[in-house]
Amino acid sequence: MEFFLVQALNGISYGLLLFMLSSGLTLVFSLMGVLNFAHASFYMLGAYFAYQVSVKIGFWPALVLAPVLVGAVGMLVERWGLRKVHRFGHVAELLFTFGLAYLIEEAVHLVWGRLAVESPVPPELDGPLFHIMGSQYPIYRGFMMLVSVAMLVSIWLALTRTRIGLVIQASLTHPQTVEALGHNVPRVFMLVFGGGAALAGLAGVIGGNAFVTEPGMAAAVGPIIFVIVVVGGMGSLAGAFIASLLIGCMQTFAVSLDWSLGGITIAQAAPVLPYLLMVLMLILRPRGLMGTRDG
Amino acid sequence: MRQVIELRDVHKSFGTTKIIHGVNLAIGAGERHAIIGPNGAGKSTLYNLISGRFPLSAGQVLLNGEDITGLKPHEINRRGLSRSFQVTNIFHNLSVYENIRCGVLWSAGCGYSFWHRVGGLAEVRRRAEQTMERIGLARRRDVLAGTLTYAEQRALEIGITIAGGASVVLLDEPTAGMSRTETAQAIELVRQVTEGKTLVMVEHDMGVVFGLADRISVLVYGEVIATGTPEEIRANPAVQEAYLGALHKETAHA
Amino acid sequence: MRYQPLNLGRWVLWSATAIVFVVAPLMFTESFALTLLIQMGTMIIFALSYNMLLGQGGMLSFGHAVYSGLGAYITVHALNLVGKGAFYIPVPLLPLVGGLAGLVFGVLFGYVTTRRAGTTFAMISLGIGEMVYACVLMFPGFFGGEAGISTNRVVGQPYLGLSFGPAIQVYYLVALWCFVCIAAMFALTQTPLGRMANAVRDNPERAEFVGYNTQHVRFLQLALSAFFAGVAGGLSCINFEIVSAENVSAIRSGGVLLATFIGGVPFFFGPILGAVVFIFFVVALSGFTKAWLLYLGLFFLVMVLYAPGGIASLLLMQIPVIRARRFGELAAPYVAAFAAALLALAGLIGIVEMVYRLSEQGARTELALLGFAFDARDLAPWIAFGAILAAGLAALRRATRWLGARWSSIQQDLLARQP
Repeated sequence: MEFFLVQALNGISYGLLLFMLSSGLTLVFSLMGVLNFAHASFYMLGAYFAYQVSVKIGFWPALVLAPVLVGAVGMLVERWGLRKVHRFGHVAELLFTFGLAYLIEEAVHLVWGRLAVESPVPPELDGPLFHIMGSQYPIYRGFMMLVSVAMLVSIWLALTRTRIGLVIQASLTHPQTVEALGHNVPRVFMLVFGGGAALAGLAGVIGGNAFVTEPGMAAAVGPIIFVIVVVGGMGSLAGAFIASLLIGCMQTFAVSLDWSLGGITIAQAAPVLPYLLMVLMLILRPRGLMGTRDG
Repeated sequence: MRQVIELRDVHKSFGTTKIIHGVNLAIGAGERHAIIGPNGAGKSTLYNLISGRFPLSAGQVLLNGEDITGLKPHEINRRGLSRSFQVTNIFHNLSVYENIRCGVLWSAGCGYSFWHRVGGLAEVRRRAEQTMERIGLARRRDVLAGTLTYAEQRALEIGITIAGGASVVLLDEPTAGMSRTETAQAIELVRQVTEGKTLVMVEHDMGVVFGLADRISVLVYGEVIATGTPEEIRANPAVQEAYLGALHKETAHA
Repeated sequence: MRYQPLNLGRWVLWSATAIVFVVAPLMFTESFALTLLIQMGTMIIFALSYNMLLGQGGMLSFGHAVYSGLGAYITVHALNLVGKGAFYIPVPLLPLVGGLAGLVFGVLFGYVTTRRAGTTFAMISLGIGEMVYACVLMFPGFFGGEAGISTNRVVGQPYLGLSFGPAIQVYYLVALWCFVCIAAMFALTQTPLGRMANAVRDNPERAEFVGYNTQHVRFLQLALSAFFAGVAGGLSCINFEIVSAENVSAIRSGGVLLATFIGGVPFFFGPILGAVVFIFFVVALSGFTKAWLLYLGLFFLVMVLYAPGGIASLLLMQIPVIRARRFGELAAPYVAAFAAALLALAGLIGIVEMVYRLSEQGARTELALLGFAFDARDLAPWIAFGAILAAGLAALRRATRWLGARWSSIQQDLLARQP
């Protein structure tokens, strides 16, 4: 029982982290039609920036500074790169972000090396938060959940209570109309792209400490976010939320189960499960859980 | 007369908005049938329902007596119904000849063949060249469709539609956005290329409609309020009230 | 009658290609060149098969290595079984085994991926790629885990006096398959399916309304493309005599995308150029610097931004100018732009290499570039290379403006001359 509870909490905290990533990806995709292949790379940059700032100043400034820096990088990318390829269409934009992901990974290799960097959890967040029937639950996991929920609530407020938020929200369901209303201003795009990058950066700050900060982290989590967006339905925030929690829990439970099936334990099969889920979803319900738009 | 297209109590709503409610329509073989109506009456939606672009909310569509409700666009096309689009819908990065050939390939029985050389299919080439002659684009054979003039693209749009030799042709405002002379040429083209076929046409230009159509249906707010010969429609008080009146208002405003 | 000269041109082109394939290894004496050529041949098939998706079918795939990789795995097992004497297939026909394996997996996975088009297809192809990669690591019994499965291509009695031990024999095997596959893939573009693939790429909706199921078109195109990818995989298995998880990895899938795009997606022969340049980058440049992937990525980004038609389009753009005998006017700005680009590149290389030396633990921080010795810990080289980079970029800007002005004036003249 306590095993189940702790695993469920771990699964939810991981799922929330995934949603921090997939929500940014979905927002950018919905507003700009751009599938940002480099989204997970911004996550990685967030983790590395946080590491660098933590080493110099400390964790708490890093929590603010790193996402801001990543957001700035995102805006620069939009202004000096993405906007130029926009006229060549969505495939060109996707290719551009693909190349960018490639470049960021190599840049990280060059600057921080190929091995993982030490990014320990800050001392004030180290230790158990509470004990459930003998097993302890770390403070940092609770902190992760707190940050993700706080972020999600502020996004929700920003989306529903501010003017620009309303524009973004309208473009979730009626992109053409919003475009026709003259809201397709480059500045909104730049802000949204930078904002999406900053969200990924924030996820990187807390994810980097919780897991590991290494050059492979973008490539490891990137495809999972894509799966979440496909399973949830392209452009659907609610779908992305459900799929994030689903895959977060599925992954967490799977790695701790050693039931065997034909010589393969569930734990061994864990990396394949999200993709199997995606394939199943595509066969049974091609537009995804909450998807409304086709291809 | 044999019914080629038959709509039985067709309904369509988008969300809670009802666009088409209860359309019944029968179009006979070889007929030139025009559908007119004010903006937003649901003419294009009706086309999209007949050609399988949108699913129906309720009702039935029959083609040559066969139920085609719920079939995919390509399945309906294979049964001999071909349509054009109001907003030019061509293959922009292919040449004029290739555009037309795309319209020919399926009906020539080529299917998904990857074992025939398309240049060696004499029948395909003959039909594509013939269609190009008919729409007057033979001289522009190797030009990319995206670089044609607007009027040429409209002609190409019709060319792709008729290239497959479909017996039922649905044209959606073939003269949209054209000047007077261009319209006259386009209508002459429509008249020629649909000789011996069943033609359904959405058109705004009343002169065109009354000159070309054998019968006319008037669609207002998702309902057919009258169907008949041009004379009958002209004399129909309900039409005058609901449609021509609205049109007069429109022109008065403009 | 007007097709006569075109056909003649085609014969000349194909014969020239064949002659290049035959003569290429004779021009170089180093064995290094031969390795390079063999890999180029394999990559050409792979990139062309990729372009059947991206260029001809409008399908951006991030998981094409699945088909070449699984083709390679099946080939390596077939080769090992032949070695054990379980059955007999002559080595030259083994790539066909890889191709058929690719086809089978293409049919299997294509059924799922081609249900969607556009961006979603791209995401799904990535997912399938990751799934296969994870599976390969999950079943070490068949796939040999990280280390992979090794083999020996010299099996049984020499076939027509060919043992395929020496690299030169492997080269001619690859060259023959490469030539046949280029011809076959070109022929496929001239079939009803090939033409409709283009139509579906341009305007899937209209293709539906001329009687084609776009999903079927995409599916068939992908299955056929997977066949050729499998052939490429089979050839790489024979060449390297080892197949590992890396063969199906996202790195390979990304690589073939880079190669194809750099070469030129809109043109049939584009990927051939791309494969040659890409292998040159991978094999030749990786020997010089550890930052070669960064340079490759930058090159790719520059192409996406400024030359979306790839090298092929840059070359083809010159033809009308050369025909009009106006190329001479462009020579000077071209040389200037090239020089400026080189200068900027030198500055960039200096900075990148210094960053790398500083971050790598235990690496020597003293380096020498173009005969200049310096230490990355000093400030002076940073300023120097920064200045070189800035000067290069500024010069490049001016040169491209100059080039652009001349170019557009020539284009206007050419347009005016047309009827």
